[in-house]
Amino acid sequence: MRRFMIGRRGAVTLAVVATAALTLSACGVASSGSGGSGGELTLWTHNAGNPAELDVVNQIVADYNASQSTYKVKVQAFPQKSYNDSVVAAATAKKLPCILDTDAPIVPNWAYAGYLAPLDLPQDLVSKQLKSTLGNYQRKLYSIGLYDAALGLFAHKSALTAAGVRIATVDQPWTAQEFADALAKIKASGKHEYAFDLGTGDSGTEWWTYGYSPFLQSFGGDLIDRNGYKTADRNLNGDAALKWANWFQGLVKSGYTPAKSSTDAFADFVNGKSAMVWSGIWNSANLSKLGDDGIVMPPPDFGNGPKIGGGSWQWAVSSTCDQKAAAVDYIKFSLNKKYLAAMAEKQNVIPATEEAAALVDGWQPGGAKRFFLDESAKYATVRPPSPGYPFLTTTFAKAAQDIIAGGDPKKILDQAVSDIDADLKANNSYGF
Amino acid sequence: MATITATRDGVRQAAGQPVRRRPDRGFGTAGGHVVRTVLALFFGLPILFMLVSSLKPDDQIFADLSSPRAFLPVGDISLANYAEVFRTVPAWRFLANSIGISALTVVLGVLINSLAAFALTRMRWRGRGLVLTLIIATLVVPFETFALPLLWWANKLPWLVVQDGRPLWTFGWLDSYQVQIIPFVANAFSIYLYYSYLSTIPKELDEAARIDGANWFRIYRSIILPLAGPATATVAILTFLNAWNQFLWPLMSVQSEDLRPVMVGVQYFFQLDVAWGPMMAYATLITIPVLVLFLSFQRAFIGSIASSGVKG
Repeated sequence: MRRFMIGRRGAVTLAVVATAALTLSACGVASSGSGGSGGELTLWTHNAGNPAELDVVNQIVADYNASQSTYKVKVQAFPQKSYNDSVVAAATAKKLPCILDTDAPIVPNWAYAGYLAPLDLPQDLVSKQLKSTLGNYQRKLYSIGLYDAALGLFAHKSALTAAGVRIATVDQPWTAQEFADALAKIKASGKHEYAFDLGTGDSGTEWWTYGYSPFLQSFGGDLIDRNGYKTADRNLNGDAALKWANWFQGLVKSGYTPAKSSTDAFADFVNGKSAMVWSGIWNSANLSKLGDDGIVMPPPDFGNGPKIGGGSWQWAVSSTCDQKAAAVDYIKFSLNKKYLAAMAEKQNVIPATEEAAALVDGWQPGGAKRFFLDESAKYATVRPPSPGYPFLTTTFAKAAQDIIAGGDPKKILDQAVSDIDADLKANNSYGF
Repeated sequence: MATITATRDGVRQAAGQPVRRRPDRGFGTAGGHVVRTVLALFFGLPILFMLVSSLKPDDQIFADLSSPRAFLPVGDISLANYAEVFRTVPAWRFLANSIGISALTVVLGVLINSLAAFALTRMRWRGRGLVLTLIIATLVVPFETFALPLLWWANKLPWLVVQDGRPLWTFGWLDSYQVQIIPFVANAFSIYLYYSYLSTIPKELDEAARIDGANWFRIYRSIILPLAGPATATVAILTFLNAWNQFLWPLMSVQSEDLRPVMVGVQYFFQLDVAWGPMMAYATLITIPVLVLFLSFQRAFIGSIASSGVKG
């Protein structure tokens, strides 16, 4: 039998650990001040873990702090994946910072909930921006972005050439029939396990809406009736939506796309598992691993024009900020074209204005990266600017997942509409 | 001191009764080895995959997934992912925070919970059965249900700080170390573990000590706590794991990067283009302390779980 007793040595060890821990504890901050007290403006950003974008934010803040002596902006960075949870928790505790970045589709919800204050920015500044970089709700501007992101149809050029398929361009995207032919020919060639990977391995709700609702919109459907934002009926379950759902499910049934992609569909694409993949501008650097064989094209036109999701991270001012004018002043400062250009260059995103694009190699007209700006300007559709968006997106994502899993599209979409309309009714259409 | 036994077997032994041994049901046979091997692979392979993937670039991790190469350090092996970890995350700071937070939670948790169980098992007072029932009842309430009310209260609580050499009350614990420690010190499961273990220690020891002039705290400190070593080891490990794995609460209650624990750091790698290799490297770094702790205390941990005997 063994003895388990806390001896003198154990007691000493415990004491040392306790002392060390207490010392650490003593270094803590007892309480955090409000977002905008005493000349200090706290700024929250979603960029923890993303040094490229965070460096630009830090540079803007450093320049702003050096440009005047009245206010000092202090940066606090959070990891993107859990950023919204941190903001909502802070709002509950009435501890929102003065300046915060927001994911575009959540802006109407946070404005409706009273987290955000309208932004009073000069019209000449706003009018220069890509429309998808503006966060509007009820005809008021609540947020503004330094950049936008875009989706694209990434492909192995060799797969298209071997299949005898033309390469689509922003001006001449594929028709639905061309896309169907391309999928059939690539599959018949047998060189790739999948002709087209939708990237369904991402279980995160927002990817399903950001990634796949533009196809629905291209078919002529939508998540909600944008004339009034009071119902999803006939938009999410009408004939166009049903066509989308059958096409979406058919991609799996035909063996063109996996029902569940791997965790990193783009890595599979680079490794040759798929001939084409539906992904975003953030994978442009990985595309370069394919050299000349890697190309990106716009989505097909399914009848209502090609569509991609618009709206990325944007800057806003909290309603509880007691230095709103200073916070808006900082945002105005940050919209300088040199910062927009720096963001585009470092983070590989679409600059929010043509002035900024002119400053960055590759983004000028005819430049190597220009595709995404032209595509965004022409085909970007913002997600429905309704405070009910969080419910819309989770409901749509679930419906899309059920459709991919082989469920009855009509029943699934009718149920989704019923759920969305019930939520809208319960919340009095969120003020619309 | 007389021979002390702390388990049912031990008590029987002390009382001169025969100790019943469970018959060997053949777990040492070939079948047992197969079961053990399968279990070892089931729990060991994910850790091996994590270690090996931490040395590979992202593309290779996915290319190797469909073959045994996923578990072998072959191909383009390097420590580049570890370098990327330290470029992306203040890993040392997060590790130091988690070690400090976990250590303090363990030390305070052992003290508070063992004292609570001592009062429930050794002292006679009206209502202790009801108190024990209420404590155990809290086990069925998930943390997520009271996280927001707790956050609201944490933002109202007072704290004493020293400013310019003078003590000063401030209000609001958010964005601090104490908000990550104090709410998790008292733990119903730890109290229950101590309660179960302390109940097996003969009451005659208390009586003998009291005759010798010991007060309640002396009995707790000099007799009961030393005998509760296995329970303490179990409570320490479970409390440490709980504190080490905290994610939701620090995410909600801490805004400054300098105060964050390791688990929040995992999220730093979930960008739009997920950095799987560096994430595996980070996961390896934050798993090592837990593995070291468990291996160091595994004998005591298993001993407590199995209620093995001790004697003085």
